[in-house]
Amino acid sequence: MADTSLPEAMADAARTRGWRDRAILLVMFAAAAALPLIADAAGFPATTGIATQIACLAIAAASLNLILGHGGMVSFGHAAYFGLGGYAVGILWEHFRLGEPIFGLIPGSNQLLVTLPAAMLVAGLAALVIGALSLRTSGISFIMITLAFAQMVFFLFVGLKQYGGDDGLVVRRRNLVPGLDLREPAQMYWLCLGLLALWLWVLHRIVRSRFGRVLEGIRQSERRMAAIGIATYRYKLVAFVISGVGCGLAGALMVNYLRFASPEMMSWQRSGELMLMVILGGLGTTLGPVLGAGALVGLEYTLGGITEHWQFILGPILVLIVLFARGGLMSLLGYGRGRG
Amino acid sequence: MSVLLAEQLLNGLQFGVMLFLLAAGLTLVFGIMGVINLAHGSLYMIGAFGAALVANATGSWWLALLAGLAAAALVGMAMEFVVLRRLYARDHLDQVLATFGLILFFNQGIILLFGRQPLFVDLPSWFSGAVEIVPGVPYPSYRLLIIAVGLLVAAGLYVLIQHTRIGMLVRAGATHREMVRALGVDIRLLYTLVFGLGALLAGLAGLMAGPVYNVQVGMGEQILILTFVVVVIGGIGSVRGALFGALLVGLTDTMLRGFVPGFLRGMLPPDQADALGASLSSMGVYLLMALVLLIRPRGLFPAHG
Amino acid sequence: MNRRAFLTLGTAAAAGLSMPAIAQGAPLRIGMITTLSGPGGYLGQDIRDAFQLAIEMDQGRLGGQAVQVVVEDDGLRPGQGKAIAERYLRNERIRLFTGVVFSNVLGAVAPDVLDADGIYVSPNAGPSNFAGRECHRNYYVVSWQNDSLHESAGQLANTLGYRRMSILAPNYQAGRDALTGFKRLYRGEVVQEIYTRLDQTDYAAELAQIRSARPDAVFQFHPGGLGIAFLRQYAQAGLLQTIPQCVAAPSLDSTTLAAVGDAAEGVNCTSHWNTDFDNAPSRRFVEAFRARYNRVPTYYAQQGYDTALAIGAALRQTRGSIDPAAFRTAMLRADFESTRGRFRFGPNQHPVQDWFHIRAERVGGNLALVTKGRVLENHGDAYAGQCRI
Repeated sequence: MADTSLPEAMADAARTRGWRDRAILLVMFAAAAALPLIADAAGFPATTGIATQIACLAIAAASLNLILGHGGMVSFGHAAYFGLGGYAVGILWEHFRLGEPIFGLIPGSNQLLVTLPAAMLVAGLAALVIGALSLRTSGISFIMITLAFAQMVFFLFVGLKQYGGDDGLVVRRRNLVPGLDLREPAQMYWLCLGLLALWLWVLHRIVRSRFGRVLEGIRQSERRMAAIGIATYRYKLVAFVISGVGCGLAGALMVNYLRFASPEMMSWQRSGELMLMVILGGLGTTLGPVLGAGALVGLEYTLGGITEHWQFILGPILVLIVLFARGGLMSLLGYGRGRG
Repeated sequence: MSVLLAEQLLNGLQFGVMLFLLAAGLTLVFGIMGVINLAHGSLYMIGAFGAALVANATGSWWLALLAGLAAAALVGMAMEFVVLRRLYARDHLDQVLATFGLILFFNQGIILLFGRQPLFVDLPSWFSGAVEIVPGVPYPSYRLLIIAVGLLVAAGLYVLIQHTRIGMLVRAGATHREMVRALGVDIRLLYTLVFGLGALLAGLAGLMAGPVYNVQVGMGEQILILTFVVVVIGGIGSVRGALFGALLVGLTDTMLRGFVPGFLRGMLPPDQADALGASLSSMGVYLLMALVLLIRPRGLFPAHG
Repeated sequence: MNRRAFLTLGTAAAAGLSMPAIAQGAPLRIGMITTLSGPGGYLGQDIRDAFQLAIEMDQGRLGGQAVQVVVEDDGLRPGQGKAIAERYLRNERIRLFTGVVFSNVLGAVAPDVLDADGIYVSPNAGPSNFAGRECHRNYYVVSWQNDSLHESAGQLANTLGYRRMSILAPNYQAGRDALTGFKRLYRGEVVQEIYTRLDQTDYAAELAQIRSARPDAVFQFHPGGLGIAFLRQYAQAGLLQTIPQCVAAPSLDSTTLAAVGDAAEGVNCTSHWNTDFDNAPSRRFVEAFRARYNRVPTYYAQQGYDTALAIGAALRQTRGSIDPAAFRTAMLRADFESTRGRFRFGPNQHPVQDWFHIRAERVGGNLALVTKGRVLENHGDAYAGQCRI
């Protein structure tokens, strides 16, 4: 990846700030919010469900993008935090259902306002521990060590008989939130969409803050940043934890939507898929991961409906995108960071 | 107990050798061209399917051997020529995305060609029996063959890399890629050849795995991640590292599976001990990799300066 | 699968996408969510092919009602299965479902179908939670409850007089259930309990442990491709001559047998059905399946076929209606000629059936699965008592 030159980045930022883009964003958000109504009217109500999945995965992909696109840290193990967030919801539900506290201490819960922060906390703590160790390495070693830790978490949950092991954990009812009825597909979707918008805004603010600029500097040249007296390790670790927290949030929402948590959520294939979404959409762009998540899930879903050999078509499409649409979908739309 | 230990050591050695055949190609491609090729496992699968197809059609093991090697090498070189060649200058992420697409394509392609039923290959008749390594303990002679072939390949690669002109270029390429290019070596040809060699070895592993494991769709991905673990533990670009890494991973995995549950059973109720033991031994290899990387971030035998 | 079948299915699925509601007099649509890709793909393929066969043999009908099956691949991913179920339920208003192969996909699919007042008829997976406390009025299993497969193997081990056994299964829910099920009826001593991995291809380490423990026999549960690898390596290690195997159906189906070859000779197995069953429906099924698909049907195929027959019998009585209450009354009568002979539903709507001893033997030069006798009669499952419908 060639380094982005500073003037280009500034021009980019200026463009994003332009009123035209704001208007486009507003229209897009309005369209996304109106989706359940349109889907119902058009006779395809299940589209809302797919959109919910996309929103959840987009939160995870956008979080991964913070370290992948902005920090240059290629984590091949982010499904672990996604899964941990999901299992936090699942395990809290299981203990709520049984009426037994976890380790005899922490009571179970079915309140979203409890389970979401819990999921983010668990995922964040895991990211702190794993990140603290992994960030001592870089390059390929970093890719592989994050994978190694994710595999350990995966096998841990496969072996946890109490929580269903490989078969997963059924969450019979979605969590409760005051003022919302999550059993209603549209309301579940709006919750995910709202949190996605909020999380994108938070990430955008982070990227544009001093912290974000240091992170970008580390991506371009860690040595340069260290030379001007910045403790790069600490910046990288904080970014790693934030992205873990985001994946935990995404996983918690996903389990609420699926009403099911399983180790499959943390498999290395899932980590790969999250990376795919980021790359497909466009590294280091705010909306890229959202587009990537939408494109990948949408393609799988549509192709799967047309032929059972959908992978035979999806595979070459991915190859073509890499070869001919460098910088992902965002660059096709003229918004890329102009890689290479 | 010591007989069991000896047998498990052989098992670990055999598994390690298998991993080495896959890892050798991967580490060269990784080290010399800087390409992460997730589709390396697909070449393993193609070698296995090519050999199984010919073995079942002709009944000749030698023809099957040729077919498996040829299929893997040809598909490998085609893959390099059509897709990977365009990715050398790209970053790892693009390579991951493209080769992931190739995995989907190859897996589904095999389903279209062969269907979903796993294929079966007979053992070559002169290796179908067992040899008594210790009186009363037979060991499958085919597994001994795998060990022998693997060690021969390792020796062959050593000679090739240390004592031939191509090997010199390969070594140079792994440490100073730009310099080799600057010296006017036809780097494209070298790349295609190295890739073909890697594919050939993956095909060899696949066709030898056929009679023991399953010839089935997705067989490459089952072993792919472990192969990457081997490459990283050994040090990227180093064939010697791949050999040591493979043997280390093979032995660790086998020993943990063989002895941890029994060890835990002394301390815990049997069903808990077995389940915990299985989880621990699954994690073992990854724990090993994490430890190696924390102590030596570039692996045990780094090729680059 | 041949090209034509692929095209028909493709168009059926494509047509399904663009048909929002069921028109009056249109065929009843059945949603089949099954696993067609990956190493487990052949299980789903057999279930689907046999289910389609039953419909073809009835000229596009089940129980006099014209039906259309829409099939989609869950890729062994619970999330994908759920997305398909949701689309079928909400976009296409399908109310009758079948097809799921693996318990973990079922865990994601079944609650959605049942909560939407849909009906699910299982052709394969029968996990314990849905047989016990989580049982449901609109959830039927035509195959078996997971545990009973292995209970029958435990009983067979008693009959064959094995007093010390090593038992193995992959470390996942169905694997652990298998060992629990086996031990429930087995009266001898379990000298060794070994958990393997789902992604494992080499069993040498486990085989060495078995050899050193010297049990009378081995029980192992390794479905699909895992079983092929295990059995083959077991034979290659020369263990089959000294330590016989006594397994349940999923570890030795006709695909496994074809793949393992001569090595499998003499393996004992239990099943609820076998290709050589001497009753008219079974003969008819085996013949038709062979003629249509040019391969020997597996247990999975038989389960798919029987599922179609069971649904057909219910539809005949309700005259094509799938109103849950009427369908339930009709379904529970199980008024169809099962390929396995006797069949009825227990109180938890899981099968009560006989289990048989099967052996891999040489018949006219070829290795085949031969039925040797009955192991268990009218056997239900251990969870029926927990179910309150």
